[in-house]
Order: sequence, then C-alpha cells, then structure tokens
Amino acid sequence: MRRQLQLGLTVNGEPAEVCFAPYKTLLEVLREDLGLTGTKHGCELGECGACAVLIDGEPKLSCLVLAIECAGRSVETVEGLARGAKLHPLQTAFADLGAAQCGYCTPGILMTAKALLAKESRPSRERIREAISGNLCRCTGYQQIYEAIEAAAEELSDESPR
Amino acid sequence: MKVLGKPRRRVDGRAKVTGQTRFADDIVLPRMLHMRLLRSPHPHALIESVDFSKAASLPGVHLVLTGKDFPVTFGILPVSQDEYPLAPEHVRYVGDPVAAVIAKDEQTAAEALDLIEVRYKTLATIGSPEEALQHAEPRIHAYSELGNIHRLQAFEFGDVEESLKKADLVFEDLFFYEGNTHLPIEQHAAVAAVDGEGKLTLWSSTQVPHYVHRSLARVLQMPAAHIRVIACPNGGGFGGKCDVCNHEMVVAKAAVLLGRPVKVCLNREEVFYMHRGRHPVLMKFRTGVTQDGKLTGMHLQTLLDGGGYGGYGAASTFYTGALQTVTYELPRYKFDAARVFTNKPPCGPKRGHGTPQPRFGQEVQLDKIAEKLNLDPADLRLKNVLKANSLTANWLKIGSIGLAECIRQVVSRSDWRGRFRQLPFGKGIGLACASYLCGAGLPIYWNKMPQSGVQLLVDRSGQVTAFCGATEIGQGSDDVLAAIIAEVLGIDPFDIRCVTGDTGMTPVDLGSYSSRVTVMMGNAAIQAAEKVKAQIAAAAAEQLGVSPERLAFANGRVSFDHHTLTFAEAAGFAEEKFGTIGAVGSYKPPRAPGRYKGAGVGPSPAYSYTACVVEAEVDPATGWITVPKVWIAHDIGRTINPVLARGQVEGSVYMGLSEALMEEQVFRRLPPKLSGALVHKIPSLLEYKSLTSLDMPEVDTVLIEDPDPNCPFGAKEVGQGPLLPVMPAVANAIYDAVGVRIDELPITPDKVLRALEAKAAGKEARVGPSSFPSVPYPEPVVVLPPWEGGDGNAIAGAEKTKLKVPAS
Repeated sequence: MRRQLQLGLTVNGEPAEVCFAPYKTLLEVLREDLGLTGTKHGCELGECGACAVLIDGEPKLSCLVLAIECAGRSVETVEGLARGAKLHPLQTAFADLGAAQCGYCTPGILMTAKALLAKESRPSRERIREAISGNLCRCTGYQQIYEAIEAAAEELSDESPR
Repeated sequence: MKVLGKPRRRVDGRAKVTGQTRFADDIVLPRMLHMRLLRSPHPHALIESVDFSKAASLPGVHLVLTGKDFPVTFGILPVSQDEYPLAPEHVRYVGDPVAAVIAKDEQTAAEALDLIEVRYKTLATIGSPEEALQHAEPRIHAYSELGNIHRLQAFEFGDVEESLKKADLVFEDLFFYEGNTHLPIEQHAAVAAVDGEGKLTLWSSTQVPHYVHRSLARVLQMPAAHIRVIACPNGGGFGGKCDVCNHEMVVAKAAVLLGRPVKVCLNREEVFYMHRGRHPVLMKFRTGVTQDGKLTGMHLQTLLDGGGYGGYGAASTFYTGALQTVTYELPRYKFDAARVFTNKPPCGPKRGHGTPQPRFGQEVQLDKIAEKLNLDPADLRLKNVLKANSLTANWLKIGSIGLAECIRQVVSRSDWRGRFRQLPFGKGIGLACASYLCGAGLPIYWNKMPQSGVQLLVDRSGQVTAFCGATEIGQGSDDVLAAIIAEVLGIDPFDIRCVTGDTGMTPVDLGSYSSRVTVMMGNAAIQAAEKVKAQIAAAAAEQLGVSPERLAFANGRVSFDHHTLTFAEAAGFAEEKFGTIGAVGSYKPPRAPGRYKGAGVGPSPAYSYTACVVEAEVDPATGWITVPKVWIAHDIGRTINPVLARGQVEGSVYMGLSEALMEEQVFRRLPPKLSGALVHKIPSLLEYKSLTSLDMPEVDTVLIEDPDPNCPFGAKEVGQGPLLPVMPAVANAIYDAVGVRIDELPITPDKVLRALEAKAAGKEARVGPSSFPSVPYPEPVVVLPPWEGGDGNAIAGAEKTKLKVPAS
C-alpha cells in the first residue's frame, strides 16, 4: 500500500487538512480529495490552461504543481470567487456577455483574469490577450471574453477600494 | 417579441461561471472504481493472444476485460456496425482499444495496463488513399465495397458533360483539405452505475445520448428499457462527441459486471486517437461558366481518407457533394465520391460535416473564375445566388435565403470595393460564402417517429419544467428551449427549468448534431407550449370573463386590458379546470422532394447562409500570415439570443481561421527498421497547433434575419454555417495579397514561401495537389433536375453496377 500524505493549506480562504497519495498533482487533490471539481483538466501537461488556479495570488497551472509543494500556501479556485450568493464582477460579466459557452475553460480563464486585474486595474485589450494566451478556448473566439474582462475591470475600479 | 432577439444571460450561465456545471468527469459516486483502456501500439495488426493474468492479480484490480467479453459490434450508422468495444482479433489504428482494467483508482489501473501481454502479428499498413486504392490487401474491413474502398457513390443531375461542352469556359481545379480534429477542451468521460432496481445509468460527455442508448442495448444485449443515458453538459463538442465511443460501451459493461459505479476519462492523447474528426479530402472540380459569369454545370469528384472504421463516414461521403447546389444556381451537377479505409484514427463529423472541404474548393474556384472573367468576386456571387423557395438540381428544397444581403453587408463594412486588388503587395482581402443545413432531414436509422420531443409540466407555483432529449454542448440548447417557451407563455426564461439530454427522463431528441436543435426542438417546444397556453387561456378567460383569444401572455401575467392574473394564478385555475397541466410537442422535418436512392442526405427544413471577408497580411520574406480583421454576416432567420448567436459566429470564425492556418491531424511513417508503421505525429495539445488569443483577429459580426417558415419564429442555425466561408476567404485573401494560390489547407508559411519561390522562378504560382488518382467510381444514379422534366426519381443507375476488384 502506498502511504498517504497529510498536508495543511489554505483553500479559498479556509484552512484545509487533506490526505492524499504523494504522487498527486494539486489539480488531482483539488478535484478528487477536496471535492472542488470547478477546476478543470484538459491535457494534464500544462498545455491548455483549464486547470489554472491562484497560488498565493499568482496564476499557476495546477496540473503541473505537486500538491506536496503547497503546504502552508494559499490556493484560490473558481469556487472561491463569489461572496455568498453574490457573484464576483468577473463572473457576472462572463455570464452576461457570453464569455462562457461550454464553460469548461471558464474557471481557468476567470482565475487568470482575476490575477491580471489584481495587478492592473484597467488593462488594455493587448494586455488581456497576452494574459489569457495560455488559456485555450475552443468555443468563443475570445472576443466576448475580452469584453467581459474589460466590463469587470470597469466595475471593479468603480467600486470603492477594499 | 418579448424574449427573442434581446441580449440576455443564458439560462445556464450562472452555473458555468461558478464552476457548478457538472461535466461527466465531475461526477463522483460512492464505491466508484476507475477504468483505463489498453490501446494498440500498432496501426495494423492481428491479435494473437492476450495474457492479463498478471494484471488481474495486481492488488486493487477488480476486473480486466478484453475483446472476448464483447461479441457484438456497434457503429453509429446502421450500415457501418464495424467496431468492437475492445478489438477481439484485428486492430486498425494506433490507439484501437484492446483491453480494459477496472481498479480502485486510475493509477492502479494504469499500472495494471503495463502488465497485460498482448502478442500482435503486424500487418502492412494502408497509409493513404492512394495506397488504399492500389492495395486491396491487407484488407482493413471485409465489408467494404471494393478492396479497401469503403464507399463509392455517384450521382448525375442532368447531362453535365454537355453543359460543360456548351460553357464559354471550363475551370478544372484540384484542392486538398487536410484532416483536423475537434479539440474540445473537455476530454471524453463517462460514468456507469447500476441502480437499486438493477438498471443501468450511463453519464457521458456525448452529443447523442439517444444513439448511445441504442448502442448500449445492442452491445450489452440488455433491454433498452433498462438503460438510461444522461448526456452531461459537454465541455465542447464540435462533432467530436457525436459518435458512439468504445469507452462508453466498456465502462457500462464493467459497471454491470461489478455492480459498482465505474468511471473512465480519456487523457488528451486518447482523445486524439478517438478522433472522428475532419476527413482529409482530395477534390477535383470541373465547372462551366458563361462569359458573363453564370454557372452552367459542375462535376465534383471527392476522395476521402476515412481512417480505420466507418463511423459516420458513409454520411460524410455524401456530404462532400450534397450541398454544392444550395448556394448558387447550378443547372446541372454531377458528383462522384469515394471513402477509403486507412490505418489511422477514424474520421467523422466535425463542425460542417463533410461540407467545409468542398466549400473551400468551390469558393476558391469561384475566385479564380471571377479573376479570369474580370468580374468582382462579390458580383459574381450576387449574380448566381439561388432564389428563395426554389428547388436545386439535386432536389433539395430551399426556403428563405438571406445570402445577397449577407454579401452586401460584408462588402460595405469591409470597404471591399475600395480595397480588393488595390492594396499594396503583401496585403490582401478575400471573400467567400457558404450555406449549411438546419438539421438533417432524416434520422440516422430509418424510422417515421418524431426527431425531437418536448414535454412541459406547469403547476400552480407558476413554474414551468421543460423536458427534452436535446443535449447542451455549450451552444446554448437549454437557452433556446427556455427562450422559446418563455416567448409563447409570456414568462421569464429564468422561471423555466430545463431537464435535458436524459433518455430516462426526457422525450427523444436525436442529439446535438447537423445544427438540428434550434429548428427541431424549437418547433416541438412551440407545439407543447401552445397546448399549455390554450388550457391556461381557457381557464383564465373564465375567471376574467373574457374570451380566451383576447388574452395576452406577457411579463409573467395573463391579461385583457386591466383584467389580469399572474401566470401562477392562471396556471392554478387551469389545474382546477383541467386537472394536472402538461403537454407534449414533437417535430419531424417535412418530407423532401428527392425520391432517388441517396436523396436522404442533404435535405433540411431550412438552410442558413453566410458571407465572409478576411483581410490578410503576408510577409513575402517568410511566408508568415497574419489576419488583422474578419467581417462576417450570417443569415440566422431570427435571432433567439444575440449574445449567444454572436458567440457562435465568432467561435466559428476562430475555428475556421485555425483550420485555415494551422490545424492538421497528420501522421508519419516510421523507418523500416522500426516496423515502417504509421504513427500519429502530434497527439498532444502542444504539438497540434491551434489559434490562441494572440492570433485571433478582430471580428465584425452581423446577423441577417430572413425568417424561414419551417423554423421556430423563423430561427435558423448558427453553430456550423459561419465556419464554412472562413477558410476559402483566407485563401482568396492570400492570393490578393501576394498573388499565389494555395489550393490546400492548412495554408502554412512554408507553402506560401514555396509558391512565392515558384512564382519568382516563372513557374505556376501555386501549391496544391497536382493529380487526382484513378478511382473506380460507379456508374452514376441519374436524376433529371426539376427544370428538365424530372420527378425526383432516378431514371438510371438506381441499382449499383457490379464492381470489379482492381488488380493490385
């Protein structure tokens, strides 16, 4: 029998203790051991961006990170975006403006966009294109994703600083 | 219109942005086991023995299955029941599934796969259509029509040779369209479980739960009534989840045998092997025109590389010829097609199913014709646009056609007249048009039953639940369902609950393919909603003391003047008067006028139309191509939700550009000392190049509304048609930019550079196929066009002439 590892980390702002097989990636631990299936997988090789999450605020491909590396770190997934029933402005804009078609790449793009907006409150279209160039979307053609990120940036910068 | 045409969040939008949409691989059940498949490493081999004793005894392994456990074949088309869930003796492509391990977790299952010993006797591979034509042996399938030729078809609608002879000019052009794959970001997954009553449920990322249901009943030899297939929302489909898959059959069998839930999720490499993507097609067009640019006749020959199994291939073959007639007036048409088997992953339907390839050829050839005749390509097309409410040479019935307006829109918005042939060297602009089905006229297995059904449940709470077998693949089918019912009943789409894609709970809908859902499900939904509305109106009228036909259903109320009830109150009165309120609606397309054998592929309740202008920049030093902007206008009939419609058009532009510029599913032959076999060059997302956000240009999208009487509120399709003109518009723009013709896709910088070098050397400034092999096309089925006294029946060649095996 393989030994299970036990690890403590912060997930979506809450402390979490999790036991898992040591070979597992952060993606697998999130989906299989923590029940957070909002984060998706599309290649398991770091090629598609579907599994992007924030680790200590930075966008990372969770399929390329071993869970064992995340002891004591703070991980944020799509499940952590909304505040109760209130959607994050990015989520509202994505839903309203057609930025999510099949919705499979959406969690990864939302997290990547959140990291971008944390660094630049009003990024240019070029910066947005660049920031999400590691996230493949086969449905939208990206235009409505850009527009949703721009709308969310506007919404966020209108809100009083938190 | 109260709901339709207004920009709106889709009804399932919230779930998609919160990570709550439950895709197949997100399903976790108690006691669930995991399955992995062992796949053939050889493109063509016989299986001599399979020894799985070591794998079976690995701790944590619950079951090993092989071909011996599956005596019954399956296949999506009744004429191609040629696949085994696990190959018992003959593997036909690298990746053909051979065995399955079910274990406590994926890791253990994967380790056990390594312990299975399979002895193969390798066979020579058939690597290309040319090899398939030359070598009848080794035979990939015994049932093929002729040697390794899977299907042969030939049709002639009027004497095309005569019309070519009488034409002022005849253009003969060869084109090649390389195969490519769907690449949905979600990899196929399925979970099977046996419920407390001993019945089987399969959750799967499928576009066609009804067909999967039928195949499971056949393969597992179980009563269909004991099987339930639930199509989970697909994380992208594009046709890639339209076929019935091996892993769906195997995981279901494992769950039945073990009495425990079993999950399988393909990895990305396996998705490339599953494939069923765009067929590589070689094409030869001979088209006659008059001096003033009217088409007189066309003879099209196609040769499809089908890969290792039939799949949808027989239909794909028909589709390479069936829709050449629905865009422009074409008095006579002849079409020969052949599909061969090769030892590669099976091809099938990808967005546009069989029609993007000949569309590419046709629209590039029109560009060449326009140039030769010194006509503007937009004018040439406008001159030939088919008339509304007409029949085509091959007996397709066309309803509304908004193509001329589409052309005018893209021409004006792109400043076409001021730019075509006037831009500096290296910059160019190209135009192309297309049309597509709004649902295949016939189901894939012969029956006279409805092709879509909708059931409605309404109660005193005011809630409306809509049940339909249609499958949400991202395109917004649930939103279409809710919007149409909301429009009829005057309520908010968000007050409707959609229960869809579940063969145990919902009326049959054949699935999300052939752009059929809006038209078929939509018509069924209107019928069901009108029945419910009549009951509610009768009861409400009684309460309000007015006649039912004077009542308006709007804004969640049923009213006449200031007399008004809430929808919930009115529904309650209807319950009081009639008992429990519910209704069903169903839809079957109108019968097509063609009566000849083969007339079943091509008919549709309606056809959508698109025109596209692409701007391209080509660096003559490197051949590098950039596309700064695309203008596209699509005749959608009526827009249900403009947010989603625009997304479908722009997603089509994206996928079309990606196919035009880089996507290709290609193979290479290993050196002889390494078996000389064919292997997949790029079964990974990194190596299979597709457009990223950095490559995607600005898109100017226009929706043209020319409502079609056969469609719900006039709404036609938008999911596939807008892809079709993009690829030829790119090729035409590149010609405008640097004066070279790239007559094959994808158009990569090396091809552009080669053509520029040829041009500089005074040779033909073209890269593309130079010859068309000899294909033993049969004598054609001859049908007279409607205007030559035909009645839709064949006058000759209805029975296939006896085919001879070529000497190899």
